Amino acid sequence: MPARISRDDVAHVARLALLELTEDELERYTEQLGAILEHAEDVAALDLGDVVPLAHPLPLHNVFRDDEPGAALDRDEVLAEAPAAESGRFRVPAILGEEP
Amino acid sequence: MSATAVDIAADVRAGRRSALDVVEVALAAIAARDGELNAFNTVTADQARAAAAGIDARVVAGEDVGPLAGVPVALKDNLCTRGVPTTCSSKILAGWKPPYDATVVGRLLAAGAIMVGKTNLDEFAMGSSTENSAFGPTRNPHDPTKVPGGSSGGSAAAVAAGFVPLSLGSDTGGSIRQPAALCGVVGLKPTYGRVSRYGLVAFASSLDQIGPFAATVADAAACYDAIAGWDAFDSTSIPEPLEPTSAALGRGVQGLRVGVVSEMTSDAMGIAPDVLARVREAADALAAAGATVTEVSIPACVYGLSAYYLIAPAEASSNLARFDGVRFGLRVDAPTTAEMQRATRTAGFGPEVKRRIMLGTYALSAGYYDAYYGKAQRVRRLILEDFERAYGEVDVLLSPTSPTTAFPLGAKTTDPLTMYLNDVCTIPSNLAGHPALSVPFGTGSDGLPVGVQLMGPALSEALLFQVGAVLEASRS
Repeated sequence: MPARISRDDVAHVARLALLELTEDELERYTEQLGAILEHAEDVAALDLGDVVPLAHPLPLHNVFRDDEPGAALDRDEVLAEAPAAESGRFRVPAILGEEP
Repeated sequence: MSATAVDIAADVRAGRRSALDVVEVALAAIAARDGELNAFNTVTADQARAAAAGIDARVVAGEDVGPLAGVPVALKDNLCTRGVPTTCSSKILAGWKPPYDATVVGRLLAAGAIMVGKTNLDEFAMGSSTENSAFGPTRNPHDPTKVPGGSSGGSAAAVAAGFVPLSLGSDTGGSIRQPAALCGVVGLKPTYGRVSRYGLVAFASSLDQIGPFAATVADAAACYDAIAGWDAFDSTSIPEPLEPTSAALGRGVQGLRVGVVSEMTSDAMGIAPDVLARVREAADALAAAGATVTEVSIPACVYGLSAYYLIAPAEASSNLARFDGVRFGLRVDAPTTAEMQRATRTAGFGPEVKRRIMLGTYALSAGYYDAYYGKAQRVRRLILEDFERAYGEVDVLLSPTSPTTAFPLGAKTTDPLTMYLNDVCTIPSNLAGHPALSVPFGTGSDGLPVGVQLMGPALSEALLFQVGAVLEASRS
């Protein structure tokens, strides 16, 4: 059974999810996520080794469309809703020279 | 609006009533009371009047204007509507106008329905009370001090208040059925894949389904018939041909086998006594109408809540990665893209959305994947197998929809887990991908509506409407 989620764990997943937390939020989310995961221990504790996981309710198979040109979204209409656009493209701040 | 969708369409098609008149009545009702209820994020009055005038002109020209001609509809604000703001009740999408219509929107409009607005929801459909909205909570029309349920609370309230006869919601763990129950209206979660998800802003893609709210079972069936069916734009769309479900209404329940889910009627699930009493009465009503009623066990459903709150956040953490300030919605400026993305997501998402993104990220992370997400997927298999076993013995299952009637605003906002428990009876159908219908059935000890849930195997929507119509008739 996994150990209770720690403050460091919450800080780590927040970083992974591109979220910044204040000290207060870190405190509160650690407690709340701990309570939710504690409830989930009834599932985590089950011995289900021989059960095949079900990711999806339907039997999935690949779906291909015919290789024919079709209508696409209007570029100007899409870019008009973007926070910033330039020369028919999405514009973003600097991406070079920043930490990975 | 007291007239049903079926009656309105018949009158408009026959030229007995103008669509414009119908729309004006709806807009007047919204103007009179939505300041109090806050069911709508956006009211599209001018567009609705123009569309209604177009329908009326086509009636005069002798054209077939569709099975929902002139029927005002409200759409949950996570359904994309071209050129009309689609916010998901989130600051991160405030003001965003999609460049395309969701498939269901196109189908409703093609059937002659008229969009009058976009309805409030828990942010990104995460919640059970419509209190997690960047635009303030929606209130229950039966008692404005109470919540309407959620996450499709605005769509449920819009029908319950009589603003519109039909609305659409989305249901990932109960977000159509639970607000339908709390607002005293009919709500259907269709079979996974039966209604196209193209243009529904994704929350948990293996669980999400779009479905109707209506005041009557017949209206819900008419709406479902208009939106269901295969769609090339959704790769999980089911290709099986669709029989109109409206034809099943009136067939009765003589000889049908109904199973009352024992786990969902036991004290362990925390179902309120007054809600349980209505479920027993519903079972009696079906027996009196000729059905055979037995108790049926779905043992794994007691693990449904835990499995859901691992699977749904896991999928959400992936789906909501697309909100990064680059292509649409909010951007908080910062010197670099990485800083901009963090600042945008931090400012744009509300607390419940952040909670679920982090929970899902954690459940999928190295070292915890097998213990949490992997186990939850295995439980999902057990639940599906339990349902399939049950449907070998009975035709439909009966349970409460929600453990209680509508609760006061603010009552469950401080403890997320308490809020999650609202979904205990609705979640199993989402995990199995099966259809389920909530039908109003009397009131609780507080005088507020109670809903009972009918569940069936994949593609049994017609059967659920058929049984639902019997429950509806037994109350009138």
